[in-house]
Amino acid sequence: MSHVQAPEASVRPTKNVHVELTVNGEPREFLCAPRESLLDVLRNRLGLTGAKEGCNNGNCGACAVILNGVPVNSCLVLGVEAAGAEVETVEGLAKGSHLHPLQQCFLEDAALQCGICTPGFLVSAKALLDRNPDPSEEEIRLHLAGNLCRCTGYDKIVRAVQDAAKANT
Amino acid sequence: MKAFEYAAPRRESELAGLFSGRPGATAVLAGGTDLVGLMKKMIVAPDRVVNIKEIASLYGISADSAGVTVGAVTRLDEMLDSADLDAFPAVKQAIRGINSMQLQSQGTIGGELCQRPRCWYFRNGCGLPTELGRMVERGDNRYHAIFGNRGPAKYVSASRIAPALVALGASVRIVGPASGEAVEGPPKNGAPVAQDGNALGEAIMPLADFFVTPRAPHQGETVLDPDQIVTHIHIPRDEQIASATYEVRQSEGPEYPLAAAAAALRIEAGVVTEARIVLGQVAPVPWVSEAAAAAIVGQAVTPESARAAGEAAVARATPLSQNRYKVQLARVSVERAILQAAGLETGGF
Ligand SMILES: Cc1cc2nc3c(=O)[nH]c(=O)nc-3n(C[C@H](O)[C@H](O)[C@H](O)COP(=O)(O)OP(=O)(O)OC[C@H]3O[C@@H](n4cnc5c(N)ncnc54)[C@H](O)[C@@H]3O)c2cc1C
Repeated sequence: MSHVQAPEASVRPTKNVHVELTVNGEPREFLCAPRESLLDVLRNRLGLTGAKEGCNNGNCGACAVILNGVPVNSCLVLGVEAAGAEVETVEGLAKGSHLHPLQQCFLEDAALQCGICTPGFLVSAKALLDRNPDPSEEEIRLHLAGNLCRCTGYDKIVRAVQDAAKANT
Repeated sequence: MKAFEYAAPRRESELAGLFSGRPGATAVLAGGTDLVGLMKKMIVAPDRVVNIKEIASLYGISADSAGVTVGAVTRLDEMLDSADLDAFPAVKQAIRGINSMQLQSQGTIGGELCQRPRCWYFRNGCGLPTELGRMVERGDNRYHAIFGNRGPAKYVSASRIAPALVALGASVRIVGPASGEAVEGPPKNGAPVAQDGNALGEAIMPLADFFVTPRAPHQGETVLDPDQIVTHIHIPRDEQIASATYEVRQSEGPEYPLAAAAAALRIEAGVVTEARIVLGQVAPVPWVSEAAAAAIVGQAVTPESARAAGEAAVARATPLSQNRYKVQLARVSVERAILQAAGLETGGF
């Protein structure tokens, strides 16, 4: 077992590596092999199954999480890369039973059907609103272009993000 | 994914001990958006992965009177946000084309330039691009090269930003183990040459010479040896140069263009006095069109002169059985990149 954050570069073993990080504001740690993705680690080692495995190659955005303030596809990040990082997942959006405005608006605007893409959309939309609290429709569509939905046709999702932006201001 | 060792050096100097000169043994990890996908499919199966994102000297954007230097692990969203890069619209337009917030904020400029070909034969495990020449020739080659495709490599260079950077005359800094001998002078045969006796040698070369068309299996798509990395990209400053990137795309999503072109023009008293026109997604390297440049130099930019440059660019195209359509798209890309650089209506949408 070894710490990835050691000051000097040294080669980490092929077997398990000890990683410490912050997830949704709380310190967490796990052991993982270098070949496990951050998505694998979140779901299988930390019990956070909100981020979904869709395409597993960066096309669909269902696994989006916020890593050190920017949205990433967690299926393309190695778990060991998250050492010392701050990760926000869809589980961190609601505060207790109080839904995040995006979650509330997704429900009210029926911006989901089967739901598998929804955590990714919520996380990407949160990253957008954190950066730009009042985006235009076009900006919303561009910023969500890396998230695929095969049910809704996107209009309701875009509307929900617009409504959440209004609710926030 | 095959099991591998993982290293995250903090300094350039630590790289020296981490690489092996054996092709495929060690992989450089930057944003991972290309590499991790390839490792999952076992198309790339290194014994060791070296994450270079923790090396502080490879990160960030700095500007001085000579130009702008971008560290290889700088993220694409940071480049979009950088006012220092406003002077190079062709670069920002190309990055905006990568239409996924996740990929922009995860992908790095070094990784973008070094990404492997998207050729679907390669991505489906049919082997290295050069071994596929005949398969591509006979098979479905609709997204393959229309220039530089007479040899075994028929894929197109994937980088979306390279045409803009090549048009702007950018250079790259490369480091790798030094030979131990001090060597003076320009790189030989386009290969970087170690310039000091330290464990790590550096070379600086035009980005245009960085990309190569492999002629045999196990040759790469760039001049990099397995133990070398790109550390910085430098774009020279020239207030007189106007630039643009124009891409023909089939959708607004995170997909590659079907054809693209970048134009960098010096326009004096209404006349183009110098031009670099570089096509993307049409050849195994960013394709510099001397013919297009020659057609526009000495002319005022008008719809007619831009069209003539587009026609000159594709006059010697050699399409494969299923990609003749790309000739027209390449022509239009050149025409519209020139119009856009000059601030004229492109007629596109
Ligand atoms: C769904 C999807 C869509 C995409 N769409 C586009 C697109 O439209 N346009 C586009 O251009 N790209 C696209 N990309 C490709 C690519 O992910 C990005 O271009 C990205 O910028 C690559 O950077 P990275 O830092 O993630 O690279 P990595 O995946 O970390 O590395 C890519 C390759 O370059 C090597 N490498 C990385 N950095 C260096 C360095 N400094 N020196 C030497 N070698 C290095 C790696 O070993 C690897 O072989 C897409 C990817 C996905 C998954």
